[in-house]
Amino acid sequence: MRRALAAPALMVLGMFAHQAAMANPEPWQLNMPKGVTVTSNEVHDIHMIVLWICVAIGVVVFGLMFVAMFRFRKSKGAVAATWDHSTKLEAIWTIIPILILIGSAWPATTLLLRMADTSDSEMTVKVTGYQWKWRYEYVDFFGKDPGINFVSSLESQSNRARQLGSGIDPASIQVDGVSTYLLDVDKPLVLPTGVKIRFVFTADDVIHAWWVPSLGWKQDAIPGIINSAWTEISEPGTYRGQCAELCGRDHGFMPIVVKAVPKAEFEQWMTAQAPAPEPAQPAPAEPAPAEPAPATATTIAPTTAPQG
Amino acid sequence: MAHAAVHDTHHDAHDHKPQGFLHRWLFTTNHKDIGTLYLVFSMLMFFVGGSMAMIIRAELFEPGMQLVRPEFFNEMTSVHALVMIFGAVMPAFVGLGNWMIPMQIGAPDMALPRMNNWSFWILPFAFTLLLSSLFMPGAGPQGGWTLYPPLSLQGGNSVAFVIFAIHMMGISSIMGAINIIATILNMRAPGMDLLKMPIFVWSWLITAFLLIAVMPVLAGAVTMLLTDKYFGTSFFNAAGGGDPVMYQHIFWFFGHPEVYIMILPAFGIVSEIIPTFARKPLFGYQAMIYAIASIAFLSFIVWAHHMFTVGMPLGGELYFMYATMLIAIPTGVKVFNWVTTMWEGSMTFETPMLFAIAFVILFTIGGFSGLMLAIVPADFQYHDTYFVVAHFHYVLVTGAIFAIMASVYYWLPKWCGNMYSERWGKIHFWMSVISVNVLFFPQHFLGLAGMPRRIPDYNVAFADFNMISSIGGFWFGASQLLFVGVVIHAVYFSKSRAQARVWEGARGLEWTVPSPAPHHTFSEPPVIDNSQLAHGDVSH
Repeated sequence: MRRALAAPALMVLGMFAHQAAMANPEPWQLNMPKGVTVTSNEVHDIHMIVLWICVAIGVVVFGLMFVAMFRFRKSKGAVAATWDHSTKLEAIWTIIPILILIGSAWPATTLLLRMADTSDSEMTVKVTGYQWKWRYEYVDFFGKDPGINFVSSLESQSNRARQLGSGIDPASIQVDGVSTYLLDVDKPLVLPTGVKIRFVFTADDVIHAWWVPSLGWKQDAIPGIINSAWTEISEPGTYRGQCAELCGRDHGFMPIVVKAVPKAEFEQWMTAQAPAPEPAQPAPAEPAPAEPAPATATTIAPTTAPQG
Repeated sequence: MAHAAVHDTHHDAHDHKPQGFLHRWLFTTNHKDIGTLYLVFSMLMFFVGGSMAMIIRAELFEPGMQLVRPEFFNEMTSVHALVMIFGAVMPAFVGLGNWMIPMQIGAPDMALPRMNNWSFWILPFAFTLLLSSLFMPGAGPQGGWTLYPPLSLQGGNSVAFVIFAIHMMGISSIMGAINIIATILNMRAPGMDLLKMPIFVWSWLITAFLLIAVMPVLAGAVTMLLTDKYFGTSFFNAAGGGDPVMYQHIFWFFGHPEVYIMILPAFGIVSEIIPTFARKPLFGYQAMIYAIASIAFLSFIVWAHHMFTVGMPLGGELYFMYATMLIAIPTGVKVFNWVTTMWEGSMTFETPMLFAIAFVILFTIGGFSGLMLAIVPADFQYHDTYFVVAHFHYVLVTGAIFAIMASVYYWLPKWCGNMYSERWGKIHFWMSVISVNVLFFPQHFLGLAGMPRRIPDYNVAFADFNMISSIGGFWFGASQLLFVGVVIHAVYFSKSRAQARVWEGARGLEWTVPSPAPHHTFSEPPVIDNSQLAHGDVSH
């Protein structure tokens, strides 16, 4: 009996444990990825801490319920007691949860403080959400303006396959044997590893949200408001995500791809981009920023207001 | 005035139902008839909203777009939520309140019977407006039930229809809430002290205050949307100096209490049913009331936990995290008290008890994911994913809707005078409880693995759990046809007559009147005998 229970339990534990290096969603994936930054690992850890606390409480509470359901049945001749309160018990189950909550709020607070601290970043990328694509502007790299600016949208194979009644099998869209259906773009966001990168987010039309699970967070991109977040990627690789805030018809079709490369390789890539900067006059296809200045309080200095 | 009084006396004395179908149902001021109207309307809307859910799950059955356009998919997710929240869950609770509150406190009717009629009859018009927008050029709302601007303002004229529909639902809810408060505070039979009232009545009293407090806030928010769209204001338009995030603050100041409007009466129902079938008084009656009141209070000060990713200041994120975590304490007290009520009881497991026990377990699972969502750094991952979808369907389907079904099985014999088929009730229960977990549990995995909510199509990696979830969805949807069958059978065909005290362990005034409850009950106030009350000796 015990062994029969242990086997599925171990299987589940195994599924939780094996995904250390998981960068992209996998079939039958059960749990949050650990991701590829120190922060994303900490986010995963606190998720697991709270999950196991919940599991432990659940085992106790549901266990007691099932014991009660089997022991105190009328059909087994159980006679109902008449007691209806106990101040001592009630005090216990008020105080213990308070202690558990304080125990889990503490690491959550310290982690949140670290996640909010964008200071000492060495590079800044401005991300603007449009219906239904992302614009990436590299505005600062170790004090220099790289002048790189491009739009990233769903690559054409996925785009053909996702049309209603296209007849194209989504599973046929693969890169290196892994499905990239709806998770691949024409032009990925290339980032260096080992560099503290600050992102600033805004949007041009409606609210979007920029989310790459492997980085450990998402952030809303809101018209008229500039939000910020940061990351420092530790492993080179390709990390995929999607827009996470309903933004209209093609909300499901504006993926995000981050290609993380070593810093030297990134600098080469940057140089290769430089000879063909965008034309000086704004292209007609490029919608101008909606407003002259951010209208609301933002978490960063207004110097990063939309600059064209 | 005198004429009216004479007329009413005449009416009461003969205990006649008004003659004629239209006359009876359209002009009724009887709390039982209006309760029935609410419940029938709620059931209808449950199937309207449910069919939309079937379309959603059918499109999500496999990766690739097979059935609908993304625009229509967005309409389905938006309208499914509006219909289920405002059309199915809330009217069901108002219907239960209408039927049971006067009978549980020994009152002859609701305090404001004509307003009661109006509260109900606004709803069919409100939902006709809302649903008609699906057939309009430019289509129905596609921006989610939360109607976040700027997206929601991109819609066609359906925006105006939806906003007016919400105004009407709000007026209906506010009038219903005023009626319930006036009834409970003024119409209790002599001896029915506040701290002797059944928990269901207490839960509705507190819920009614929440409704009065927040429905006007929603009305304000959507009116600002209306003027932004049609009258050139810029409340939420950044280009005009407005702030899209302000809408979210106002909306969730309504939205979070709204969530508890949909669960507090469920707490009340379960607190009635578990003692009945455990044949033991509710454990910690007063603690249960204080817990409901604390949850209601906290609901006003936690709203921005729906918005951790909008870029709030750090202090705001920390405050809303701590305040949200506090909710776990009174909610925990409730769960522990239900379990302790069962302890050393003498339990039987009729259908209402089965649904109530499933409620406690599955609602608690929804509570656990709620606690996880409160942890801001983790919420940065969970937010707007299927993890959230799983969370709120656990608290709303296996929470609110399971409690409503439990209450229908519990009180139906009192309403119609016949017993339902216990066998088919149990089949309905087991089909529902298994399928609902097949439907929603895998959605936790999908969200954690990275599937955003509100998308019509997804990567192949998400295919397996989506297919399982869809199968559970069709199964759950089909199982609800059994529910209709059981109810119709009980009302029209069952040969098994119900006793006045339908359940052996049932306590409370509603069980002292015959089954079916006569059209008018407690025209004379009952003499309260403490041993008949649901909650034993509460003097300590």
